[in-house]
Amino acid sequence: MGELKLMKGNEAIAEAAIREGVDAYFGYPITPQSEVIEYLMMEKPHERTGMVVLQAESELAAINMVYGAASVGRKVFTSSSSPGISLYQEGISYIAGAELPCVIANVVRGGPGLGTIQPSQADYFQTVKGGGHGDYRLFTLAPSSVQEMADFIELGFEIAFKYRNPVMILSDGMIGQMMEKVELKDQKPRWSADEIKAMHGSWATIGKPESRERNIITSLDLDPHKQEKHNHHLQAKYRQMEKEEVRYETFDTDDAEYLIVAYGSSARIAQKTIMLAREKGIKVGLLRPITLYPFPEKPLAELASRMKGVLSVEMSAGQMVEDVRLAVGCSDIPVEHFGRYGGVIHSPDEVLEALEQKIIGGK
Amino acid sequence: MDIAIKDIIKKENLVYTKTKLMTDNVLSYCPGCGHGTAHRITMEVVDEKGIQEQTIGIAPVGCSVLAYEFMNIDMVQAAHGRAPAVATGIKRVMPEKYVFTYQGDGDLAAIGTSETIHACNRGENITIIFINNGIYGMTGGQMAPTTLAGMKTSTSPFGRDLHSMGNPLKITELVAQLPGTYYVTRQAVHTPAAVRKAKRAVRKAFELQAENKGVTFVEIVSNCNSGWKMPPVQANEWMEENMFPFYPLGDIKVDGELVKK
Repeated sequence: MGELKLMKGNEAIAEAAIREGVDAYFGYPITPQSEVIEYLMMEKPHERTGMVVLQAESELAAINMVYGAASVGRKVFTSSSSPGISLYQEGISYIAGAELPCVIANVVRGGPGLGTIQPSQADYFQTVKGGGHGDYRLFTLAPSSVQEMADFIELGFEIAFKYRNPVMILSDGMIGQMMEKVELKDQKPRWSADEIKAMHGSWATIGKPESRERNIITSLDLDPHKQEKHNHHLQAKYRQMEKEEVRYETFDTDDAEYLIVAYGSSARIAQKTIMLAREKGIKVGLLRPITLYPFPEKPLAELASRMKGVLSVEMSAGQMVEDVRLAVGCSDIPVEHFGRYGGVIHSPDEVLEALEQKIIGGK
Repeated sequence: MDIAIKDIIKKENLVYTKTKLMTDNVLSYCPGCGHGTAHRITMEVVDEKGIQEQTIGIAPVGCSVLAYEFMNIDMVQAAHGRAPAVATGIKRVMPEKYVFTYQGDGDLAAIGTSETIHACNRGENITIIFINNGIYGMTGGQMAPTTLAGMKTSTSPFGRDLHSMGNPLKITELVAQLPGTYYVTRQAVHTPAAVRKAKRAVRKAFELQAENKGVTFVEIVSNCNSGWKMPPVQANEWMEENMFPFYPLGDIKVDGELVKK
């Protein structure tokens, strides 16, 4: 068993990054995730592993520092919160276009605009439908506990390097700020220069020896036919992710007549709702997407086919519900959304009430 | 007297050859433009110092967006204005490498002002090569932050009006004020003498980078005959008469000290 600690989600993700052997973190302070860079600065990871931590002058600079360090085959991590993540979008599009690996964490707060510093899940569209320009996909992991904040660092880098694609850890202010018990992994050594050369020397711009052609990191091709071909390559990668990387969890679905679909904080709340419902004799189960892109549409479709109704619960005005409806398809059963938003967290009772009114009463 | 070309191309007649660190790709620059020369002297310095494998370049957005097609080294293409941040990311994880950005005036002094100022202020151990031709060439001759007062461009068709369009920005003098810059100079590449001086400046910038003393910054005032709508020779004359008085050539900061004029 690894070391057990009581930590905030923001601290756990920072500590996990050091232990993962991450080479660099670049970031800019923003509530509710400033503890990530504060923890890293306090921990002096340069002395522990040689990891670089730098506070950038803006989110624009931070994401482009990520782009730079990722270009040379390093493990790079950054984190921010909603308004800052909006500023990251240009860089994320370039990173996806240039096929660079990195892990980004968004500790989501309420919006739009400056919004509020309280938790929200209203960045779902921005994360899984684009955000930046062009046809790209952001691999998205949604932690629902402090433990998963830590665990998704390792998984995130595994995926990021396997596909040479940016990975987003989409949490929220509740997961970032709350304290839970977390089991930390042992320290991994950072990759050596020789290991990086062996693993990533075919593409990383680590310096051109005479023996090979130059490596170029770019998202540009002025020839539209070449750019289309590049896009075909990206799309093939996304199809492979959709086939091989879907992750989800189910809870109490065996005998369920109704299904709640919820991720992150909302999934934790929904678990309590299910307990309350079952006390009243209502058989409800939960499907928790762990990957939001790729979305677990097949498992959801299969489960929904034996349900009387589906309620999508998220702290937004209704974003993931669009993917839930696409997955369930044309069906007679009701598929509805419920959620508080703008920084307000729904209670288990409110979710149960919505289930009774919108799904059970509405059938 | 019949002399064939093949009789002239002989080893003893060879006075100059293209550096192997420039690729054989045809330059995308307009005939008469200074970019090709600025590329060449940069790559000659890398070649002569024998640091091809130790050098990583960052291409900007602008006319030199395709610099990676011409420079025979590992290169990264950056988003508009972000090259100093990209260079920071690379240099911080590979401090043993020579890292340089190659940026135009719109990239460096307009959209990328923040990244430029802060990389310079942090004293990143990188070299910035800044091509200033007072115009946006790539997009077809729009006004740049460095466009001179009264200068006509496609977005200042009646001349740059300082009252409504702001003043030309002397970004090089500005970054020289920052403690993080160690060597700041302004050069040109329009005459053989200027090319030799500019190349010496680029070499010095790379050599100082290895000493980890902060940013080394080489501005090259250059022409844009297409954007200025002049034949190349006339563009160079116009540059001498109009650009050089406002952007005077010479060292601005040496050994971390401002040069007294």
